[in-house]
Amino acid sequence: MRSAYTWGGILTVVFASVVGDILLARAMKQVGDVHDLWRCSGLWTVVSRVLGNPNFFLGVAAMAVAFFSLLFSLSWGDVSLVAPAAASLTFIGNAFAAKIFLHEKVDRRRWIAVLLVAAGVALLAG
Amino acid sequence: MNFRKYLVLAGVTVFAAAGDSMLSHGMKQTGNISLHHLQGVILAVRNPWVAVGILLLLAFFASYMNSLSWADLTYVLPATSLGYVLLALVAKFALHEAVSPMRWLGIALISGGVGFVAGGPALTAQEHPDDRKSSVLAKDARDGAPVPAEEVVSGGVQR
Repeated sequence: MRSAYTWGGILTVVFASVVGDILLARAMKQVGDVHDLWRCSGLWTVVSRVLGNPNFFLGVAAMAVAFFSLLFSLSWGDVSLVAPAAASLTFIGNAFAAKIFLHEKVDRRRWIAVLLVAAGVALLAG
Repeated sequence: MNFRKYLVLAGVTVFAAAGDSMLSHGMKQTGNISLHHLQGVILAVRNPWVAVGILLLLAFFASYMNSLSWADLTYVLPATSLGYVLLALVAKFALHEAVSPMRWLGIALISGGVGFVAGGPALTAQEHPDDRKSSVLAKDARDGAPVPAEEVVSGGVQR
């Protein structure tokens, strides 16, 4: 039962972080390249465009949910399971979600990179 | 990709690793925080390590948002995962913690992954996501099948 809680918590963390990352990435793509924007229109335009983007706030809210569910999961399960499992599953979930929702071209090179990093994070934090 | 963009990616990596380790160091000094003693949070923020850690994490967030404005999520995340390696190296050489063979293997895998993604293009989704969605859906309806990603990969722009 305890492990069901732990894995439920881990999956909640992974889901919320993936949603947050996707929303933030989409928000920043809508804002556009901040280097160009800053050079052409100044810092204030960059700040007001980012803060005026609803996806940005939804993304930050999802990140907050991820943070607090991580705290809860850590109180249910061991840190040596929860932290690496959440981090590496988030990497893999983000690759799928970026392909589906952001239409990024996740080619073989990127899949290999994602899987290597996910495995490496699991080993490092375990 | 130019020098300034590599600098932003380095910023994401270093600020995240440095911010996390400073927070962790500071929180070990302040002790546990419970829901019943929320004033502990205020005490924690007054700890200089925690305060600097929070500033560094804000800098991390700014550079992360900056990088996402010109690069794919599936490029930024692996490229900045060197932060994990950095943390392990700090643990080994600054904090003199033991780094087991399994951890060295993890460091090798992450470094390999970073090498793989860094060789490819930083940005592949060139159009506005919403515009692109409608065009892909239209093509799906015509062909009755999703567009294979590999077909368009070589068309990615090298930035």
